[in-house]
Amino acid sequence: MSKEIRLLSASAILGYGFPEASLKAGLDRDPHVIGVDGGSVDPGPHYLGSGKPFCSPIAIRRDLRLMLRGAIEKRIPLIIGTCGGAGGAPHLDLVASMAREIAREEGLHFKMAVIHAEQDKAELKRRNAAGTISGLAHQPLLTDEVIDRSERVVGMMGPEPFIAALDAGAQVILAGRASDPAPWAAAVTRAQLPPAPAWYAGKMLECGATPSIPKGHDSLFVTVREDHVECEPTNPARRCTPLSIANHSLHENSSPIHHIEPGGMLDTSDCWFEAVSDRAVRIGGMRWNPAEQYTVKLEGVELAGYRAICVAGTRDPLLIGRIDNFLETVRGEVATKAAAFGVNPDAYQLGIRVYGRDGVMGAREPLRGALPHELGFVIEVVAKQSQEIASAVLGVARANMLHTDFPGRLCREGNMAFPFSPSDIEVGAMYRFSVFHVAALKNPLELFPIEYETL
Amino acid sequence: MALIRDAARVCKSKNAGPFELTIDVVFDDAETFRRVKATGVLCPELFARLYNVPAEHVLFTPYDAAFAFKATFPRLVPSGDFGDTDVYGCQQHAPLLDIDLPI
Repeated sequence: MSKEIRLLSASAILGYGFPEASLKAGLDRDPHVIGVDGGSVDPGPHYLGSGKPFCSPIAIRRDLRLMLRGAIEKRIPLIIGTCGGAGGAPHLDLVASMAREIAREEGLHFKMAVIHAEQDKAELKRRNAAGTISGLAHQPLLTDEVIDRSERVVGMMGPEPFIAALDAGAQVILAGRASDPAPWAAAVTRAQLPPAPAWYAGKMLECGATPSIPKGHDSLFVTVREDHVECEPTNPARRCTPLSIANHSLHENSSPIHHIEPGGMLDTSDCWFEAVSDRAVRIGGMRWNPAEQYTVKLEGVELAGYRAICVAGTRDPLLIGRIDNFLETVRGEVATKAAAFGVNPDAYQLGIRVYGRDGVMGAREPLRGALPHELGFVIEVVAKQSQEIASAVLGVARANMLHTDFPGRLCREGNMAFPFSPSDIEVGAMYRFSVFHVAALKNPLELFPIEYETL
Repeated sequence: MALIRDAARVCKSKNAGPFELTIDVVFDDAETFRRVKATGVLCPELFARLYNVPAEHVLFTPYDAAFAFKATFPRLVPSGDFGDTDVYGCQQHAPLLDIDLPI
């Protein structure tokens, strides 16, 4: 029988949950490695900036406990990339602390590797000055100012740090920001199977049972052999079909056929998909083109200000009929009244999102002229300097949405229905992406120090 | 004639990183895919018109193996930045649903 590696991904993200029976069904098939992706850049810049986890600690702890128990019982490695949602130092610390606590509570013993991905600013500046960092997605060149302003920058590791940790005998590997498929690609290539099916397997496993139908947060079992990959959800209620698998290969990539990763590019142009049962699919034909230069992505965010929001709605057809004009009047009133307490227009941004008109698509909405019977508003103020200023300006905006007059007005007691008291919500610090670049590395390990501990 | 909402199996949008949006339209089988491809309706210019971006900023890729078409282009606002309406970019597909395919 040809060599094979069996991999079990518990769910789409650590903390999204999975049925316990799905994990057990997967473990019963004797995987060589279990794991789960810990995060994504998709929820936006907040998590990397604030250092807070994307899933709640309560949900993360539940998933982590079940996976640790399973891995130790089966004597197999457990690998988690992009811990805590964004994979910075605080995110990794949170999950590593939890692993220590669970080990103590459950009497589990193992060697643990913690792989760091948060980058030192001085080192980034040095690399940037040496010309080894370039922009992605039309981003301008990185500058010292942008690096200094950034709240946090992470590097997205490839498989090599995971391989190093496995080679060092770690049974549990917790990593900061990592390319989503990298932990899986590491496990497969380390077993001397080729990189093309290894990376393809990683692409499937990074989202748990997402490549199956019905879609849900659940476990996926993948078997990798020399020239193909087989995917099957462990929950009998789900199935992988050639279409569900092919569809997943489109996920979150700019190209469906060229997937750029640290160290090379996975080319899926000539993939074939074959149902091996009504629940399992075999995929082959993928290729791996090694890159001349090893690169890793850098992600960073900076503080944009402090945000306050308010939710309101109107059911008044007379107001809805002249909403643009009304909002313009409100904006003028806000500018005047905020200036009166010393906050000038350049100190904040006021946004009034109009749901029922173009709240979802903004300027790209083709039907923004349609007249609905009600409109929802999210009134938003972002102030550069402080939460106090954001909240003060929002208070003025909310009051003027409620009371500003308009021609033909019959509802003289107020224009807006507020669903909450208090109506105004302090959201706190707001971040925006500042670094989205790639760094050329001589050694794939050089940005990602590994610490070991025995529990 | 067939609207995409009736002819396609999948029509979805999502972020491809914080600065780009990617839209996928997937059909049931090779024959439907071939006929759709032959109409030429799905092309960079269509996405340029629907999403108000220059056609040269649209990366358009038919993916024969998956019976799929993918178009990737810049977001209006980076994910989560001031004025963004859709942090995940997953609700930007609707204008495609009513595109008529002469198949």
